Amino acid sequence: MPVPAYTFLLLSGVLFTMGAVGFLVRRNPLVVFMCIELMLNAVNLAFVAISRYLNSLDGVIFAFLVITVAAAEVVVGIAIIVQVYRAGRPMDVDDLDLMKE
Amino acid sequence: METLAPFVLLAPLAGFLVNALFGRLLPRRAVAWIGAGSVGIGFIFSLNLLLQLLTGAQPLDQTYFTWWQSGDFSVPFNLYVDRLSTLMILVITGVGFLIHVYSIGYMREDPGYSRFFAYMNLFVFSMLLLVLSGNLLWLIIGWAAVGLSSYLLIGFWFERPTAVLAARKAFVMNTIGDVGMVFAAFLIFLNLRVLDFQGLFSRVHQLPKGGGVITAICLLLLVGAVAKSAQLPLHTWLPDAMEGPTPVSALIHAATMVTAGVYLVARMHMLYDWAPAAAATVAVIGGVTALFAATIGTSQVDIKRILAYSTMSQIGYMFLAVGIGAYAAGMFHFMTHAFFKALLFMAAGNVIHAFHDDQDIRHMGNLRAGLPITFWTFLIGTLSISGFPLFAGFFSKDEIIRAALSAPGTEFWLGVIALITAGLTAYYMFRLFFIAFGWEWLSHDDRHLHEALPVQTVPIVILAVGAVVGGYVPVASFLSPVFGHAVEVGTGAFIGLAALSVLVALIGFLAAYLLHARRPDLAVVWRTRLGPIHALVEHKYYVDELYDRVFVRPGLALARFLNDVVEPRVIDGAVNGVANFFLLEAREFRLIQTGRVSSYALWTLGGAIGVVVVVAAFLGYLPVRLGG
Repeated sequence: MPVPAYTFLLLSGVLFTMGAVGFLVRRNPLVVFMCIELMLNAVNLAFVAISRYLNSLDGVIFAFLVITVAAAEVVVGIAIIVQVYRAGRPMDVDDLDLMKE
Repeated sequence: METLAPFVLLAPLAGFLVNALFGRLLPRRAVAWIGAGSVGIGFIFSLNLLLQLLTGAQPLDQTYFTWWQSGDFSVPFNLYVDRLSTLMILVITGVGFLIHVYSIGYMREDPGYSRFFAYMNLFVFSMLLLVLSGNLLWLIIGWAAVGLSSYLLIGFWFERPTAVLAARKAFVMNTIGDVGMVFAAFLIFLNLRVLDFQGLFSRVHQLPKGGGVITAICLLLLVGAVAKSAQLPLHTWLPDAMEGPTPVSALIHAATMVTAGVYLVARMHMLYDWAPAAAATVAVIGGVTALFAATIGTSQVDIKRILAYSTMSQIGYMFLAVGIGAYAAGMFHFMTHAFFKALLFMAAGNVIHAFHDDQDIRHMGNLRAGLPITFWTFLIGTLSISGFPLFAGFFSKDEIIRAALSAPGTEFWLGVIALITAGLTAYYMFRLFFIAFGWEWLSHDDRHLHEALPVQTVPIVILAVGAVVGGYVPVASFLSPVFGHAVEVGTGAFIGLAALSVLVALIGFLAAYLLHARRPDLAVVWRTRLGPIHALVEHKYYVDELYDRVFVRPGLALARFLNDVVEPRVIDGAVNGVANFFLLEAREFRLIQTGRVSSYALWTLGGAIGVVVVVAAFLGYLPVRLGG
């Protein structure tokens, strides 16, 4: 039985909202990262679903791009987190405000 | 015609490159050989061109390469060899070679020996390029290069502030002329779409005769000619240019460069024939300058300055000739003038050396015993320039005076001016001769003067031969293929006019003899009697002072105003004002950057939602309609 396309979009929207809210409210950098991944993959899901719906490969290609960017971003992000941890600073995103004016 | 014209150009160019790049490493003897020899080689090639022309070869316009091309318009590098340009290059390389040889001796103790020869070769190359070029663009390039090498040579002794100032003055004056030339080229290209001479001469008749365009072109060319040839009102640089070494004065400021203006008018004679008003302007400028400079020459005491004013005056004659259409006469006078003026300058150089670089004629004397060769050759030059019969200057000057006097209207009066000038010329040249060369031993006589080296005197002697027999060269008939035949004057009129000009020259000579050799006390009396007039002439009619008041000081005041007021207030104010504005504004916006990740995330989210809303509105998914 084929699943209707809007259900995928609905799921994607729910996942994205969870990610966004988590990003805004959680303070542990690792959790914040996971929220970002959640948002990105919600978008991926939407891309793939619509790609299938339209019988086009464009969305899949975008999904691959997003996966690649996400991987690179995680590498940089984790590296920063490890450095902050080594420097003995608290693991709290609201306290990491060196970039402030 | 088999043309060797490129080799005429390449020889001095090679000499320049070798002496400029390796001159310091080479022994002086090698530098001298390269410097003088390259010009000598150019002279040999020029002689070959002359022989080919004399044996019936046709003028040749040959293109060697295309300099640049844009659409259907291209600028070739072409050389135009005809009788006019051949006469010019013969004088440039011939007299130039003698002056180079003279310089070997004259500059022998100068530390800048190789630099001097490099500059001299550069000058000869530029001048040949100017003369041989077959299109206006390369002529202007040669024109500017001549100005540059003149600047370098006037300022050759750059440790002297006066030389540097003189060089700068000459360069500025010449640049005014260059601008005129460039604008003339613009006008020619706009109206006729050609820059090469052949095309220009064949198309010039498309313009209305005597119309505004052709007159403007000729007048703009005249600006260039006037600046380069030191005619009124752009003449003030030439007397100051005497700060350069004396061979430079002989080569550049007597024999060749300053006659470039005459060459330009003669080369463009089809244009000037088509613009009678412009041609008349040339003649008037020439006539007035001839008289103006001759009067100044009567009151100066610096030997080189007298010769400089004499040069201005003689070039005035040439301008007068080419202005009234007597082109061949103008070129004839150019040739004889190159002989006797180069001779006079180089002899003056010997005298200056003998008196340890003192140029004041009142301090000189006893030259007949001390410097016999220089004395006699200078006398020949003086006789020649004064137009004494059978000397070269007599024939060429007479031809100009005759052409002017036999013409109707204003040109007749220019002829009268030329006659008066001839008398003044004889006066100031013999005044110089009597005072400097000492008919009698005037004051201090126990000085032991030494004649210059043979390498300096031999070129002068050769030029002296030219200053005597140069008048028998049939220049007018040689140039008749270029300019057409001159109007014949009857024998009676010929002898009558010749007698008249000789009479005038004799009066000048007698006045000089009386005032400066026989009765020097009378000269003092006359000087006080003429009081203000003498002061006016002695101060060169206050032209320098006038230019100082009218151009230099207001220019300086304007520059000071710009520097003191406009620069700090307006320009700096605008730049700093913009910076300060953004600094202030940035202070407000900086508050957004809190450093809290969650606030950034909120801004990002808000922005993304905003973008989605706007896009949706554009696409029509919302009740609001934006745009299409």
